[in-house]
Amino acid sequence: MLIFEHSKPGRRATAQAPFGEPAADDLPAALLRDDVPALPEVSEMQAVRHYTRLSQKNFSIDTNFYPLGSCTMKYNPRACNSLAMLPGFLARHPLAPASEGQGVLACLYELQEMLRDVTGMKAVSLTPAAGAQGEFAGVAMIRAYHQARADTARNEILVPDAAHGTNPATATMCGYKVREIPTDRNGDVDIEALRAAVGPHTAGIMLTNPSTLGVFERRIKEIAGIVHDAGGLLYYDGANLNAILGKVRPGDMGFDVIHMNLHKTFSTPHGGGGPGAGPVGVSERLQPFLPVPLVAFDGDEYRWVTEQDLPQSIGRLSAFMGNVGVLLRAYVYARLLGRDGMRRVAEFATLNANYLMKQLQNAGFDLAYPNRRATHEFIVTLKRQAREQHVTAMDFAKRLLDFGYHAPTTYFPLLVPECLLIEPTETETREELDGFVEAMKQIQEEAETNPALLHEAPHTQPVRRLDEVRAARELDVRWSNDR
Amino acid sequence: MNETPDDLKYSKSHEWVRVNDDGTVTIGVTDHAQAQLGDLVYVEVPDEGRELEAEEACAVVESVKAASDVYAPLAGTVAAANEALADTPEAVNNDAYGDGWLIRLKPADAAAVNALMSAAEYQAFVESE
Repeated sequence: MLIFEHSKPGRRATAQAPFGEPAADDLPAALLRDDVPALPEVSEMQAVRHYTRLSQKNFSIDTNFYPLGSCTMKYNPRACNSLAMLPGFLARHPLAPASEGQGVLACLYELQEMLRDVTGMKAVSLTPAAGAQGEFAGVAMIRAYHQARADTARNEILVPDAAHGTNPATATMCGYKVREIPTDRNGDVDIEALRAAVGPHTAGIMLTNPSTLGVFERRIKEIAGIVHDAGGLLYYDGANLNAILGKVRPGDMGFDVIHMNLHKTFSTPHGGGGPGAGPVGVSERLQPFLPVPLVAFDGDEYRWVTEQDLPQSIGRLSAFMGNVGVLLRAYVYARLLGRDGMRRVAEFATLNANYLMKQLQNAGFDLAYPNRRATHEFIVTLKRQAREQHVTAMDFAKRLLDFGYHAPTTYFPLLVPECLLIEPTETETREELDGFVEAMKQIQEEAETNPALLHEAPHTQPVRRLDEVRAARELDVRWSNDR
Repeated sequence: MNETPDDLKYSKSHEWVRVNDDGTVTIGVTDHAQAQLGDLVYVEVPDEGRELEAEEACAVVESVKAASDVYAPLAGTVAAANEALADTPEAVNNDAYGDGWLIRLKPADAAAVNALMSAAEYQAFVESE
């Protein structure tokens, strides 16, 4: 039920109402509305109950195991929230002079430095307000670099088909043509196809390493050589950084630019569209093009780095400094872990993934890459179940909800039919992983004895199987008063 | 088993090709491909007159699972495109070889069609995949 449907004319939540008569004398008359807006009219308690009930319907990392592959749904430590909400941070005005914000600037500077160090890049800008914006900034810098060298024939970005799904969109938004590079049988980039594809038109390649197939790109040095020799640059999509954090550095692999999803690897809350942060790191040759502002420290004082300092900057991506509240959470997380802790993140993320993979394999499930060690995630393919029992990855995913597990990523990557991309993260216990394996075994049994249970799942959630086809064909998300 | 009519030619990327009497060819996605994709919710076809190279991405079919490119099985010029699919993408699911056709192409080289697979070859290819 929508809150609008609770509405009764004249009902008020007076405790929330502002005192006195609202006045908007300084607005031009032409901009004032004639009628009152169609806002829901409910009591305070109705509003509280409505939103509390909605929150109870959430399937979240705070309530359930959430092995959504490539999304790194790990625990968000409460300490990060508490410290990011210290009054000094909360009440700080973004236009306050740097001299009055030395504390927050110090945190941001140290975060820049820690991210720079753990990724092996030359410099980091924290300002992109989400992973997607970080990607955009990254490719925009590649573009700015080639343009600054008057190397304008480079109009193509190479994207392996095992890359993260947003990469082709980013390249297109930056005005590039996308050329897809196939993957070989073992999940590595097809080197011969790459060799054939590079040339004077190559602006760069966008790679996710480990790839979305849940395997490490073994010939990364060779790939870097081929692309660099052709005059292109290497872009690292940080989607799967959790697997290598503190162990291997993208800068050492030869990458020129990287974006990080702080809501994944650095455990800030996953949005629901809420605020994100997608810092970018660069090699020396892209440093002049970093988006501003950055924070600089001369050993005495912290200050903002602006367009004046970086005249070739691709510019500003958001008001002020991006989402400082999110950056502060990531800062606390990084400080809590320290360098050794970051290494343990990667070790336990991959240990959990390999344990879960092996247990599922022992339970009779087919792996997409049975000969490869998992990184922080792996792929189960239900192709056989689809053929023999007529149950799909989607049916398994929906039935898992009934067992109290969020579904893994389904039907992505596109290369593997009927796939579940499973990422347990480092913050789950062995008992939780064992419980998931038991649920998968039971669902497999149901698939053989009573497949209707799967086809009709979920049975226990606030909503049943949604009609996704109708929702896409007849999209209607507006509420109007006369309905 | 999905339908694979004998009088058509097939590509490895799951397009079918019908040779028309006027020398043009009609192109669509196979019954197997539409079954794999699931219910389509959006189809984008190329503009009339567009020149296509062989294996060039020329149309997009999108289901609730995924968006996929459709590749030109042979080079040529787009003579007609099935604009009706914008409103009725389900035609590809319901009638892949009829109302669900995507484009009509004037081939650059009419003989190129001979290099494509026969129905039997395509069936064997699908099973091996």
